[in-house]
Amino acid sequence: MTVVERREIALVDLLDRLLAGGVVITGDLTLRIADVDLVRIDLNALISSVNANVPSPFEELR
Amino acid sequence: MTGLRYVYAVCRPFGAPLQAQLAGVAGDPPRLLTHHGLVAVVSHVPEADFAEEPFHAHLEDLDWLTTVARAHQGVIDALTTVTTPLPLRLGTVFRDDSGVRTMVEAREESFLRTLARLDGRVEWGVKVFVEAEQTPGPAAAPSPRKPASGRDYLRQRRMETKSHDDLWQRAEAFSTHLHETLSGCAEDSRLHAPQNPTLSGASGRNVLNAAYLVPRAESEKFVETVERTRDGAPGIRVELTGPWAAYSFAGEESVAGEEGA
Repeated sequence: MTVVERREIALVDLLDRLLAGGVVITGDLTLRIADVDLVRIDLNALISSVNANVPSPFEELR
Repeated sequence: MTGLRYVYAVCRPFGAPLQAQLAGVAGDPPRLLTHHGLVAVVSHVPEADFAEEPFHAHLEDLDWLTTVARAHQGVIDALTTVTTPLPLRLGTVFRDDSGVRTMVEAREESFLRTLARLDGRVEWGVKVFVEAEQTPGPAAAPSPRKPASGRDYLRQRRMETKSHDDLWQRAEAFSTHLHETLSGCAEDSRLHAPQNPTLSGASGRNVLNAAYLVPRAESEKFVETVERTRDGAPGIRVELTGPWAAYSFAGEESVAGEEGA
């Protein structure tokens, strides 16, 4: 529960930064900003496909 | 080795060498490409994987993405020990060195400005979770008939909902207060979207996912502040990650959009 410096970094924390942060550069062969947004969407699709196989650990409370 | 150029970061020139065994995203050790008083940190990557089309296809492969993300982070981490890097977004790829040089030249001014703003700063991540209720997960059997009477069920349900609402309200107030406190100890802050529990594997619901830009010298104080606010909030969990390179603060503050490169 202390500072997690030595623990392996969680992938989500990494993706928050690598896919939503960092300098976005357009041009040449780089992905355009719109494409980078697509990355988030692709990732969401991925997550929902994971969801279909892995039951949610929470009971939905309405 | 030919291939495309994957760029991790741009830095000011620094004296120290990079770790010798550092491997880049495709196993090729990163090298420094100096141009106009700036250094681009670059490695060669195969076109078969990193050209736009295959790259996009790979992004849907979580294992591939994980490998690349960890390698990218490994390079940024190594840079952080010798300088303050300006990280680029994952998947910034150029055809050749001259493409990288052209980009550096076109954005020189903005890079220098951002590097000056970030110099000596690190990013800390702070997340607040509302702990999941102690329900033992989805009912084992396909739930035939609930044993209790309908009225009991409704009453039970109402109480659950009420305590749930209370917890959410407390979590919201807690997060708002925490964010204000931490913003006071930081030079800048960013709010990320709450994380999806399926991808994070974390228990509980993520209600705050924030990043704070903090001078290295004040990091200890910042961490202590987080540790202090952590106590005395039952049902609410605070997680701290970092120090990170200033990924969340690498964008232009709000300078008019220049169409680089």
